[in-house]
Amino acid sequence: MNATTAPLVEVSGLTKRYGDTLAVDGVDLTVLPGEVYGFLGPNGAGKTTTLRILTGLIAPTSGTVRVLGGAPGQAQVLARTGSMIESPAFYPYLSGLDNLRLLAEYAEVPRTRIHEVLALVDLAGRAKDRFSTYSLGMKQRLGVAAALLKDPELVILDEPTNGLDPAGMRDMRRLIRELGADGRTVLLSSHLLGEVQQICDRVGIISEGRMVAEHLVDDLRTEQELVIRATPRESARSILTEALGAAAVHQYDDTLRVKVAPDRAAEVNRLLVEAGIAVSELHSTERALEDVFFELTTTDNGPEKTNAG
Amino acid sequence: MLGSYRAELLKLRKRSAVWVLFGAGLVLSLIFGYLLPYLGYATGDGNQQTDGIPRSEVLRGVLPERVMDNTIGGFPVFAGALALVLGAIVVGSEYTWGTLKTILTQRPGRTTLLGGQLLGLLTMLAVWVLGIFVACSLCSIGIAAAEGAPMDWPGPLTLLKGLAGGWFVLTLWCLAGAALAVAFRNVALPIGLGVVWILGIEALLAGVVSSLLPDLRFLSDAMPGANAGALVFSVTGMTAADAPPGVRDAVSGGRALSTMLVYSAVFVVLAMVTNRRRDVS
Repeated sequence: MNATTAPLVEVSGLTKRYGDTLAVDGVDLTVLPGEVYGFLGPNGAGKTTTLRILTGLIAPTSGTVRVLGGAPGQAQVLARTGSMIESPAFYPYLSGLDNLRLLAEYAEVPRTRIHEVLALVDLAGRAKDRFSTYSLGMKQRLGVAAALLKDPELVILDEPTNGLDPAGMRDMRRLIRELGADGRTVLLSSHLLGEVQQICDRVGIISEGRMVAEHLVDDLRTEQELVIRATPRESARSILTEALGAAAVHQYDDTLRVKVAPDRAAEVNRLLVEAGIAVSELHSTERALEDVFFELTTTDNGPEKTNAG
Repeated sequence: MLGSYRAELLKLRKRSAVWVLFGAGLVLSLIFGYLLPYLGYATGDGNQQTDGIPRSEVLRGVLPERVMDNTIGGFPVFAGALALVLGAIVVGSEYTWGTLKTILTQRPGRTTLLGGQLLGLLTMLAVWVLGIFVACSLCSIGIAAAEGAPMDWPGPLTLLKGLAGGWFVLTLWCLAGAALAVAFRNVALPIGLGVVWILGIEALLAGVVSSLLPDLRFLSDAMPGANAGALVFSVTGMTAADAPPGVRDAVSGGRALSTMLVYSAVFVVLAMVTNRRRDVS
């Protein structure tokens, strides 16, 4: 990944409103050339709406969007972008091969490319069968084949492992990693944390239509924190919040997580003990992406309400 | 645009519903154009169906000289309804299947895509018209040979005018179906509304106007169906007495043609503008 190169996707203050519902609320997003970017969020957080805007299917209410240096939906932008948005949709009465043939006509790409992408998604053996007879996994793979038809620089995939069995998920993730390794830029949406952690270089986390974090996956994973089990917990939380700031302390299950360097463990322990708090467990840990995700998208009262697809 | 057009032809060619509709139009044309009149002829002068028309006249109606009457006589009503269904299913199913999203993320712009779709439909309608014409010609040749009747054909210009007129009638209704499909993003509702309009509302309006409100004749004469019927009347050798339902000289051929052109343009523009402005979800 070359951070000095101009971003392929630049989104600033993106908003999409449907009546009274704010589906996307001031999202800023940057995807750099050659990276695999994970767009992570719970169902209904606004991921698909954002991707639809990036592909020109829907118009934003406000904000600026640049894709490959142009406006979303422009022919010259679409010619360099491959995408699969939401569930794969094809003509049920046509074979997989014929579906790709006509998409090749629309995209103005040579027909020889069809057999390459069919082989890439391991669908060549069933290419002449009707799309309506395909399993969900095969439909998903045909969707990815269609996205790759133009040999695009930028690949946008909306939950590409949806409906796949474990082997299919593994193959799909391997394919996406290979796309990234080949120098393509991939923007991938998912609500599966493990998937993003395995595949992506960088992750943007969206919740309730708002972008709540954007980090390198490795940075998030290697961030250290202290895990504390103390009684009474609320008093311990108040003391730590007062001493270290609200942003450094959060609750996860029945433990408190404190974002400080491990060498401050003794200091934190002393603070609690001097305040009469019983500390039954205190150790440092490397944060998993899952911890970060729930910290950012969950309130103490449970998951935040979401409002869009 | 050429790529979109070729893609549309591929979709149309391989879609069985397109050929089922064509088959229905063909069978209905042959039944009402040849089978029933020939049965009437074969069963004699006293047959109720021929309503006292001499047998020789009934036979004349199914000979090659009247082939264009039988080819496009049913276009303003039943073939028009089938063309409307064609336009609605081809355009509407892009919404119900979600394939519009798949295509639009490939490359073509919305206007190019819809333009290719409409051109593909008009090409398919030309195939329909030629197919029905060939079938009607074969029937008339067969009957003429069987009855030892003359095989006089209309002149090339008459044939050309008839085929073009018939194609334009189907085009009008097909565009109406496509525009309704874009408006409702659906298949069933446009078909329901369109068919009720063609087969019910226009006939009802014409009946009410002629019997109760003659001052409103200008309104019924401005309807697309009335003008389609008038165009067919003007490009065939029919008389008011032997014209099938829906075909009458409500207005002149020239006026019918220009009115239909206006309707067609309105349908295309409405479809294009709606298609361009709306989110694709």
